[in-house]
Amino acid sequence: MTVWAILRALGGGALIGLAASLALVAHGRIAGISGTVGRALDDDGGRPFRLAFLAGLIATGFVAAVVAPQAIGASVRSLPALAIAGFLVGVGTTLGNGCTSGHGVCGISRGSGRSVVAVGTFMLTGAITVAILGASS
Amino acid sequence: MKSIAFAVVTGVLFAVGLLVSGMTEPAKVTAFLDVTGNWDPTLAFVMGGAILVHAPIVRLVRHRTHPIFDVRFHWPIQHAIDVRLVAGAAIFGIGWGLSGYCPGPALVGLAGAAPAAVVFIAAMLAGIGFVRLMRR
Repeated sequence: MTVWAILRALGGGALIGLAASLALVAHGRIAGISGTVGRALDDDGGRPFRLAFLAGLIATGFVAAVVAPQAIGASVRSLPALAIAGFLVGVGTTLGNGCTSGHGVCGISRGSGRSVVAVGTFMLTGAITVAILGASS
Repeated sequence: MKSIAFAVVTGVLFAVGLLVSGMTEPAKVTAFLDVTGNWDPTLAFVMGGAILVHAPIVRLVRHRTHPIFDVRFHWPIQHAIDVRLVAGAAIFGIGWGLSGYCPGPALVGLAGAAPAAVVFIAAMLAGIGFVRLMRR
């Protein structure tokens, strides 16, 4: 852990907080990625926001792949492991109504008891999973 | 049109935040979760920085009647801490530790971390679809 890495984490986090604030102030929406993806096409009036938000998010990733590829690290697991993991993340975030952004950033900022419980739970099972499998394989 | 532009910018800011913070590097994420091994707590500062900015804004916004581009705020309506919440979060955590990806970073990594992030996102969409079908 270096000072530079901590500053990057804090600064990047602040930008994420700024984005979440913009989503709330401008659109009245919670900037949780799993919910935004899961309900992307739902016809509830929020579809234009969700699709435009996701377009900006994904397009930035494509630009980064060209201009700052080092910021996008390589996968630490095999493709079959990623397929299982992706399915679990899809199921878990839909059942639990949120992920690191929806519960971890927006929910905690709101003082939501549900989010505090969710964050404690996914941190714990994430840590147990890494304790069993190791940090890379 | 202005509201769409705002939403796009919001997505761009969010992605830049993820890229700057290190969240888009799966090795950093698994190192953050590797509490019993060679633990790297750096990513805790991402959540810290985000909450430091967002929590005061939430407080300011709470008493307002509506956001700029909508007639009301879409606050989450569920308040119960139930089995579904805990089970869902537990399952999500296993997938997070297994891959080093949560949904945002995987979407941002679609091009730069292909095919891994593509496989992850395709499977994630399948998982989302599965639960939504079961609920009907």
